[in-house]
Amino acid sequence: MHTVNEDESLTGGAYRLSPAAVCTALGALAVAGLLSATSGAAGLPVAGVLASLFDWVPFLGESSLTERQESVLFQIRLPRLVLGILVGAALGMAGAAYQGIFRNPLADPFFLGVSAGAGFGAVLALGFGLDIGWGPFDPVPAAAFVGALLAVTASATIARGPGSAPGTLLLGGVAMAALFSAAQTYALQRLDETRAREVLNWLFGQLSTSGWSSNLLLGPYVLVCGAVLFAHRRHLDVLRVGDDEARALGLNPARSRVIVIIAASLMTAAAVSVSGLIGFVGLVVPHIVRLMVSHSYRVIVPISALAGGALLAFVDVGARTLVAPSELPVGVITAFVGGPFFAYLLWRGNGAET
Amino acid sequence: MSNVMLSCHDVTVDYGARQALRGLDLTIGTGEWLGLIGPNGAGKSTLLRSIAGLIGYTGSVTLADGETPTALDLALVPQSPLLPPGMTVAEYVLLGRTAHLGWLARESRADHKIAAGVLRRLELRSFARRAVASLSGGEAQRVVVARALAQQTPLLLLDEPTSALDVGHQASVLELVDGLRRDDGLTVVAAMHDLTTAARYADRLALLHDGSLVAEGPPAEVLDAALLSDVYDTPLSVRLIDDELVVLASPRSNRNRPTS
Repeated sequence: MHTVNEDESLTGGAYRLSPAAVCTALGALAVAGLLSATSGAAGLPVAGVLASLFDWVPFLGESSLTERQESVLFQIRLPRLVLGILVGAALGMAGAAYQGIFRNPLADPFFLGVSAGAGFGAVLALGFGLDIGWGPFDPVPAAAFVGALLAVTASATIARGPGSAPGTLLLGGVAMAALFSAAQTYALQRLDETRAREVLNWLFGQLSTSGWSSNLLLGPYVLVCGAVLFAHRRHLDVLRVGDDEARALGLNPARSRVIVIIAASLMTAAAVSVSGLIGFVGLVVPHIVRLMVSHSYRVIVPISALAGGALLAFVDVGARTLVAPSELPVGVITAFVGGPFFAYLLWRGNGAET
Repeated sequence: MSNVMLSCHDVTVDYGARQALRGLDLTIGTGEWLGLIGPNGAGKSTLLRSIAGLIGYTGSVTLADGETPTALDLALVPQSPLLPPGMTVAEYVLLGRTAHLGWLARESRADHKIAAGVLRRLELRSFARRAVASLSGGEAQRVVVARALAQQTPLLLLDEPTSALDVGHQASVLELVDGLRRDDGLTVVAAMHDLTTAARYADRLALLHDGSLVAEGPPAEVLDAALLSDVYDTPLSVRLIDDELVVLASPRSNRNRPTS
């Protein structure tokens, strides 16, 4: 007689979200968070920040921060840190989802043209002064979502054309990115100078915030779409054997694809609406998770959310401190890191399907 | 024939201008092994894919109860399965449980138990943690059969399951399927390239040519030298050696028609 545990140990394997992986990702997130909260022009002491954050826990001691320091922490540092984590989580998870659904490890929001499409939608909405909503109910992410869906649908359609080859999806994405970037530039030119400068600053990939409003906008999208992607992560594993076999196994690939693409695109669009175009996070993060933790999307999807959040929190520390007192756009740093990484993947020949 | 398990009625498949299947009628009995034979492009794979519901067709494919079969009724062993890099044998076999899971459900203990049972039964236990992509052709095909078994369907569709294997591995995979058929009462529909092998394992053969059913019946009836030579457009002879039907390409010197 075989015990149930023996059966699970025989077949459980890499599907399991290992506590070690979750703890490592959470640890990276905590370190990045602490680094981000304590570095910057107004230096905040680590102990003070920790005490202040856990003020609500009884018997843990009083915060040693001054009132001014507290307001820097809660009104400037933390909103920005949380925004970085949310954007990073959104892009990391969306990248993992696209890679799974298109069975292409090089797919990510940036290379599919999704970010550019979302950017165009958002530029239009911002250009018309439509950033007037409350929290998630804002015309900007809605417009960005329309642009994102247009771009991903076009890329996917090109990849299914009669002349399609393995690289066609990404080349279609490049075409869409070029098209939507041109449209963005055109739309920007139509704006008056001050507005254009504002929009352009946002477009470069910024995490600067005014208080918690951007978090209020992005948070619900990340939570809801993230939950949808998390719930469908098993489907991404089934799809690894291809649409035909997946269908023979009893999955409806078209239905899974539509749901996952909508969730990933909506999440990307919301991230683009608050932080502009931040490339490569969706490419680099799932890749590293795949290399270091597991090939299974059941692991890649959730860990990419945590690792993406940690990565962007780290990158933001660099963005704020490298050329202080001025600031680098986050998107510039991710491109500096991600560009060579992408080049390496291409050189190594990692274009094969996962 | 015993109980009818599956009936294909007037099944027609159009690939653009070309008709891959032309109004095919075929019934499959419970527990039988039906071998689909015929030259390349005859429609064997197309018929299997129609039965599995992977391509659109006109006509009907129905189970005994009149329903269209789903992944709960039939499992497909594809000709060249995709073996995802990094996926372990255990994970791959667990995919066979997909049809039994709710849309957002994950595998239960029972599913793990079934997959583990299949791994043990096919002597794949020591392979459980190996990557499917690293397996040899014969091992991989065994694992694909294991995935199909984990699906726990009464009907198994095999699309030229051994075309990439050497003689030894061909025999071992087919013996495996044959054993499962006997032990579990599975019904098998297999597209088979090798006519001698088809005659050895199948209870009944269906000879397809150009999308139509040309002959169907016990191997001894269908494997007629004149008919086969005509359909395969090359001189073939059928001999009985040690009580087994063996189909041979006639020696070049005996060929009475020029090759075109």
